[in-house]
Amino acid sequence: MSALRTLPISSRKADERFARVMRLLAPVAVMAASTAIWSLIVRLNNIPPYVLPGPEAVFTTLIDDRQILFGSLLVTLRTTLEGFFAAAAGGIVLALLFNQSKWLEVSLFPYAVILQVTPVIAIAPLLLIYLPQQTAVIVCAWIVGFFPVLSNTTLGLNSVDRNLAGLFQLYGASKLQTLRYLKLPAALPFILGGLRIAGGLSLIGAVVAEIAAGSAGAGSGLAYRIAESGYRLNIPRMFAALLLLSVAGIVIYGLLALASHLILRRWHESALGKEN
Amino acid sequence: MADPASVPDISANQAGPAVSLRGVTKVYDSGVAALGPLDLDVRRGEFVSLLGPSGCGKSTALRLIAGLNAPTTGAVTVSRRGGETAPGHSIGFVFQEPTLMPWASVRDNVRLPLKLGRMPTVEADARIASALAQVGLADFADAFPRELSGGMKMRVSLARALVTDPDILLMDEPFAALDEITRFRLNNDLLTLWRDLRKTIIFVTHSVFESVYLSQRVIVMTARPGRIAAEFRIDATEPRGEEFRTSAEYAGYCRSVSHALTPQHREQPVR
Repeated sequence: MSALRTLPISSRKADERFARVMRLLAPVAVMAASTAIWSLIVRLNNIPPYVLPGPEAVFTTLIDDRQILFGSLLVTLRTTLEGFFAAAAGGIVLALLFNQSKWLEVSLFPYAVILQVTPVIAIAPLLLIYLPQQTAVIVCAWIVGFFPVLSNTTLGLNSVDRNLAGLFQLYGASKLQTLRYLKLPAALPFILGGLRIAGGLSLIGAVVAEIAAGSAGAGSGLAYRIAESGYRLNIPRMFAALLLLSVAGIVIYGLLALASHLILRRWHESALGKEN
Repeated sequence: MADPASVPDISANQAGPAVSLRGVTKVYDSGVAALGPLDLDVRRGEFVSLLGPSGCGKSTALRLIAGLNAPTTGAVTVSRRGGETAPGHSIGFVFQEPTLMPWASVRDNVRLPLKLGRMPTVEADARIASALAQVGLADFADAFPRELSGGMKMRVSLARALVTDPDILLMDEPFAALDEITRFRLNNDLLTLWRDLRKTIIFVTHSVFESVYLSQRVIVMTARPGRIAAEFRIDATEPRGEEFRTSAEYAGYCRSVSHALTPQHREQPVR
């Protein structure tokens, strides 16, 4: 390996480019290989589609049932988004209140933890009894999503540089000025990290609630489609719906990561390239 | 020197000291006695250094003067500027770290004290430009702190302290983390600024050489709780420059101050 150390710059650059391409290519290759093996196993063993559909069957179902599936996708995405925005707003506002009043934090934080540690799948049926179905589903998405936003924002608001806080005090900054010009910007990277987690969790919350609601006999989201297809032994459609859910989760995460990068790229360590 | 009568442009209560500490002590909540009792007068336009070992309470003294902490006993008096109508703040503070907001450009970092004082943008812009020019950073207004070197960040911090045109500049080991070459350059620039702007400067440092080079008066403090151990007047020919740094006179002052700093090693203190 000693030859590595004496590589000329151009060749090192080529190495880096190779590494970057490989980072994209390797996961794609794994997916292609596993899909091929999957297809091969199904075909060689003549497995019927109601036991295990091949990837081709899943793909054709995705095309054939697109009207139902994409309609359901939109329903689930809407629920997720509503839950996510409620979680973001709720988490940030609650953290700001906690930051202003120690007593409020002491009194309410344990309940935030209780909401977080109680499995949402156990809360969902109860919520469905007392709330209209659509509201109950959004509340579930909110319950799982708000805690990471709350705890991260709290952490961020408390991580303000002590000397900068002293500077604000020296220049007679009001509480609102300190919040707006110091605490919120300082907490921003933490808040964005919380939002990134909350995005994925909101989708999970929405799906859990939809499944709970679906078994009660209503609903039209993707999770409901999965439950319904399960009862009807329409296994290819289950796979197709699952595929759409995964893609939705990836897109949500990617969008939030991109937003975070764009917002922080000029100043925060997490968004800086290695060469800086 | 600094005879009040020779400074005609400050009209009101110019006779009194700029900063006055009387019997000031500070005991922290943990029970640690950090400071005092301390009596100290700093004249208007004077450059005073507080010199002492780490943890001797010199930073505490600075924070008390700035009003960031309250003394346990005693009184801290900082005279407000007289006759001026400008909303400027009478104290500027420079920390050991640059303490810049990483999310804001150099311009917006320097703007902070004015923004908190709700100064109109047009007037603020002019002041920011002049403060940045004073520290030699006029071309870097749009840069972000992470794009600057350690010395440049410190200059931004200095510009931010100067932008309100304060009477008193409090500096808490501002150049301690910089390399020697950068520190020497900033020392010279600070002396030039002090000569031009005639601010009162209280400078905390643990460097004998820096304190003698910069100040008119060096106050040597004891270990915790910090008291005044000795006081030296540095009557060097102004303006000071690199010749002073290499002169025998400078070396002599440094020797006396060093001896005062370590009295436990001496039977007979120099003063």
